[in-house]
Amino acid sequence: METLNDKKINELKIIANNIRKSIVEMLFKAGSGHPAGALGMADIFTFLYFHSLKHDPKNPLWVNRDRLVLSNGHICPVLYASMAHSGYFPLSELDTLRQFGSRLQGHPHREYMPWLENSSGPLGLGLSQAIGMAIADKIYGGTKTIYALLSDGEHDEGNTWEGVMLAAKEKLSNLIVIVDRNHIQISGNTERVMPLGSLMEKYNSFGWFAQEIDGNDFREINNAIHNTKINKVLPSVIIANTIPGKGVKAWENDYKWHGKAPNKIETEMALNELNNLN
Amino acid sequence: MLNQPLKLNTKIFNEDVEKISTRVGFGDGLLKAGSDNENIVALSADLTESTKADLFAERFPERFIQVGVAEQNLASTASGIAAMGKIPFITSYSIFSPGRNWEQIRTTICYNNQPVKIISSHAGLSVGPDGGSHQALEDIAITRVIPNLVVISPCDSIEAKKATLACSKTIDPTYMRLARNDTPIITTEDTPFEIGKAQIFFIPEVGLANVGIIATGPILYKAIIAARELEKKGIKVKVMNLSTIKPLDIKSIVDLAKETKAIVTVEDHQISGGMGSAVAECLAQNYITPIEFVGVKDKFGQSGTPLELEKFYEIDTSNIIEKVEKVLTRKI
Repeated sequence: METLNDKKINELKIIANNIRKSIVEMLFKAGSGHPAGALGMADIFTFLYFHSLKHDPKNPLWVNRDRLVLSNGHICPVLYASMAHSGYFPLSELDTLRQFGSRLQGHPHREYMPWLENSSGPLGLGLSQAIGMAIADKIYGGTKTIYALLSDGEHDEGNTWEGVMLAAKEKLSNLIVIVDRNHIQISGNTERVMPLGSLMEKYNSFGWFAQEIDGNDFREINNAIHNTKINKVLPSVIIANTIPGKGVKAWENDYKWHGKAPNKIETEMALNELNNLN
Repeated sequence: MLNQPLKLNTKIFNEDVEKISTRVGFGDGLLKAGSDNENIVALSADLTESTKADLFAERFPERFIQVGVAEQNLASTASGIAAMGKIPFITSYSIFSPGRNWEQIRTTICYNNQPVKIISSHAGLSVGPDGGSHQALEDIAITRVIPNLVVISPCDSIEAKKATLACSKTIDPTYMRLARNDTPIITTEDTPFEIGKAQIFFIPEVGLANVGIIATGPILYKAIIAARELEKKGIKVKVMNLSTIKPLDIKSIVDLAKETKAIVTVEDHQISGGMGSAVAECLAQNYITPIEFVGVKDKFGQSGTPLELEKFYEIDTSNIIEKVEKVLTRKI
């Protein structure tokens, strides 16, 4: 992983902004989907795909690649846009999101897009799959890093906590979980739907190396990922406080943008705002 | 008489026929598969000994993962292991896996199309004294409905071992249902086995059969005993071992229906959605045939000896004979 100087940070900011524009355009064309989480996670996806992830977009199934497991599949527009912008497939294919026969299914499906590590959508399943990958890599002497991206809402699911226990038991220091702590889920604020409290304290008490950061700040993301590499025993979690809808002021922190696509006027407004950031 | 080109156990009609549970055959098979292929991994949800995964766990501790009482995690973790090119076997009881973790099996294993082998003991009423909470009578129904998933229900310990080894070599997600109790050995080491292939184990002394019994799992033994009783009454019977429920061996089932024009299905499972339902779907589409079903009739189980339960829930040899006699009266 190369060092993160100011020049690189500026490059990443531009890429993240382009990914956000793609997300808005995709969702408008699709007519349905989930903008808030996708926009909020654009900086973390940009950091992973354009800085830290060991991968090769021209050889997607390279056996020694790091693995990136997206658990909350509904934010897949940010996944697809990151893949397209980093060269897995042409940007024009993003226009096919959610259409019949598209490789870009409404929620990710490996059968249609084989370069995905996992299919997802139903919540609470990604952590355990990433744990399985980390266990297999450890048993068979690999040197990969397994990244799992989770939402805060899916910590309501029991399966997530079953995985939290197993990862600590198996001492999976090759596992980095990033939790999108944006405080919203489909019915409203996470603390009202089902209070999660301090995820830091919860993960710490389960035996993890836990850090909390501003998930829309590249320097903080970088430091946190760097810190995980020093630790050789514990699984790592980064609680990334993100702003849902980040980049479009009118959508930020409003749970109503969890799962609806923008109309034409809203799309133009959003793209104007994002264009002005470049 | 036994269809001896298949080299079945000639002692099957003896009072002291050898009895071993299908889970024991699985345990031996897993150990062998693990010795043959270092990519085999086994996972347990705190039931290592009673699922017979303990032989593997002791021999290959570095390839054995204990996830605790957490069947949802069991299935989804195995999917991740399979995604790295390994062949994980997950072991539990049928009630919990695929019962508790059905959606994890559906989404992380089958929707992802990962070669996880879901091996579950304690299926059926034959669990006995543990009672209805632990008697899985719905597992065939909920697994055969999932795309990509192969469903196997071996008839004895020897076939369970062969099925374990066979599925360790395929890339298909697979569910195998096993029984707790010791049950008669029906086949021998020399009996051929192939996933997806039904076999006729019992045939008339001469001529064509006038009824076909299709059975799955250890209850096949009762079907064979019933066939011999019926033979004494002059009813010519063929008995099919349908150990692979999905993919269904349509050709063999249709051939049996064409020959006999009357079918009875036999399983230690709910009638609704089970193996008999699969046969009915097949024949309704391919060759209309009267069918009678021996299975559990929309009821939960309870504590008792297997014999008591089989009588009470009407899945005993006498019930098979009754159903054969009934279906003969319904011939078109």
